Amino acid sequence: MTEEIIIAGFGGQGVLSMGKILAYSGAMQDKEVSWMPSYGPEMRGGTANVSVIISDERISSPIISQFDTAIILNQQSLDKFESSVKPGGVLLYDPNGITNPPKRTDINIYKIAATEKAADLGLAKVFNMIVLGGFLKVKPVVTEEFIEKGLMKSLPERHHGMIPENLKAVQTGKELVQAVHTL
Amino acid sequence: MAKELKLMKGNEAIAEAAIRSGCDGYFGYPITPQSEVMEHLMAEKPWEKTGMVVLQAESETSSINMVYGGAGVGKKVMTSSSSPGISLMQEGLTYLAGAELPAIVVNVVRGGPGLGTIQPSQADYFQATKGGGHGDYQLFVLAPATVQEMYDFVFLGWEIAFKYRNPVMILSDGAIGQVMEKLYVGDYVPRWTDEELRKNAPWASFGKPTDRKHHIITSLELDSAKQELHNHKLQAKYREMEEKEVRFEAINCDDADYIFVAYGSSARIAEKAMQLGKEKGYKIGILRLITLFPFPKKKIAELSTKVKGMLAVEMSAGQMVEDVRLAAEFRCPIEHYGRYGGIIHTPQEVLEALEEKIIKRK
Repeated sequence: MTEEIIIAGFGGQGVLSMGKILAYSGAMQDKEVSWMPSYGPEMRGGTANVSVIISDERISSPIISQFDTAIILNQQSLDKFESSVKPGGVLLYDPNGITNPPKRTDINIYKIAATEKAADLGLAKVFNMIVLGGFLKVKPVVTEEFIEKGLMKSLPERHHGMIPENLKAVQTGKELVQAVHTL
Repeated sequence: MAKELKLMKGNEAIAEAAIRSGCDGYFGYPITPQSEVMEHLMAEKPWEKTGMVVLQAESETSSINMVYGGAGVGKKVMTSSSSPGISLMQEGLTYLAGAELPAIVVNVVRGGPGLGTIQPSQADYFQATKGGGHGDYQLFVLAPATVQEMYDFVFLGWEIAFKYRNPVMILSDGAIGQVMEKLYVGDYVPRWTDEELRKNAPWASFGKPTDRKHHIITSLELDSAKQELHNHKLQAKYREMEEKEVRFEAINCDDADYIFVAYGSSARIAEKAMQLGKEKGYKIGILRLITLFPFPKKKIAELSTKVKGMLAVEMSAGQMVEDVRLAAEFRCPIEHYGRYGGIIHTPQEVLEALEEKIIKRK
């Protein structure tokens, strides 16, 4: 199993930390992992993206241009990465602020209204974990048990009190995700 | 040795390795994409754990001269920077090589020339392997391709640096510096005691007892006859490195029709391109260079008699490819492919380049 993922959105949406939690969880489950941010002179409000690879085998290139899954959190990222999903792959997006939804018919498309849900619940901080939950429902590349271990490893100890809230958000995401177009 | 699993960026791995390998002092100046080296050191506060000194100098020129001073007294000292900062250090590097001082210098390369960009590049190959500073000298150049190697090569770097009394450069790039991967770290190696230092660096200027002459650390010699002899000694040392210290990883090279020659992040990308090529029925191998100096001339010469062609893959306009061609003496077609200026080539682009430049070559 090798899962090559791009997570893309605005800076401040928790794109990089979502990737980090996913990578830590994979590592805890004894997988090979890589986390490669697009680093640049960007600031809050600019675009941010990160490639995460989780694999049972040695990872060759951490730099990839085609993805098994694209997790898309704004229109710019959708425009940029829709064409980079491998045929038969998965595109998961948050419809908030999306004016031109994805059009491809050779991939599986899912949506998750995580921005709206996080605002309703007053849980803006765990927005990214709702999205992560949606992804894990579609592609269970790591199990719940290891998500918890990943959180423990990636969050500083003073934030460990927030782990239950994060896990609840993952659960919320799993219930929230909807298929738009599947093969 | 107990092994502990961590998830770290390449830059952080360099810093972690410094602390755990018994480094005495790090002197640096921040620059993207390697700032996490000093950030991690400052966060870990090694001066409280091992007594290691971490100091932010006022410039790169200053850092490399602090390294010169520390190395002169036999301490394990290092610095890190990225391309423009490394250019500023060239005077210090040739002085270190001339005075035969051990030290580790890490270059997390970014796109140039000039201030350039902050994205990954491999365009400092010439500077690292062909001098950069003046005079006939060589750095020992290690090219890590993984976060684990960023860590391991600091330990290896000390070994080589003290064995040969020569500065070691770890030539990385923005991609390996920024990527986060699994890293297994070992126990802390204690810093050398004064007694160990006297044993391991008996040439150092650690104070003069009455029973011997001064230990003089200098790269200046006004008598040209003596300076020529000194140069002979340096050249003999470089030839010994070429004889004993060449390191590379040959993947699927035994029955390959085509070879990617690459190092660092380009070797990782080429490995993916190799897998994509396999799906198309091509027999591709990779020669991943681990030491850039000493360069694996013999291995390339051997492969050049067996394969249909080689593609040198590097994020530059074509630097390492010159050494590949010299080593292969044109016994097979050798071409170069690489994006540069901060753009990273994709595995698909690398495979297409192999098809166009080598496989479909008339």
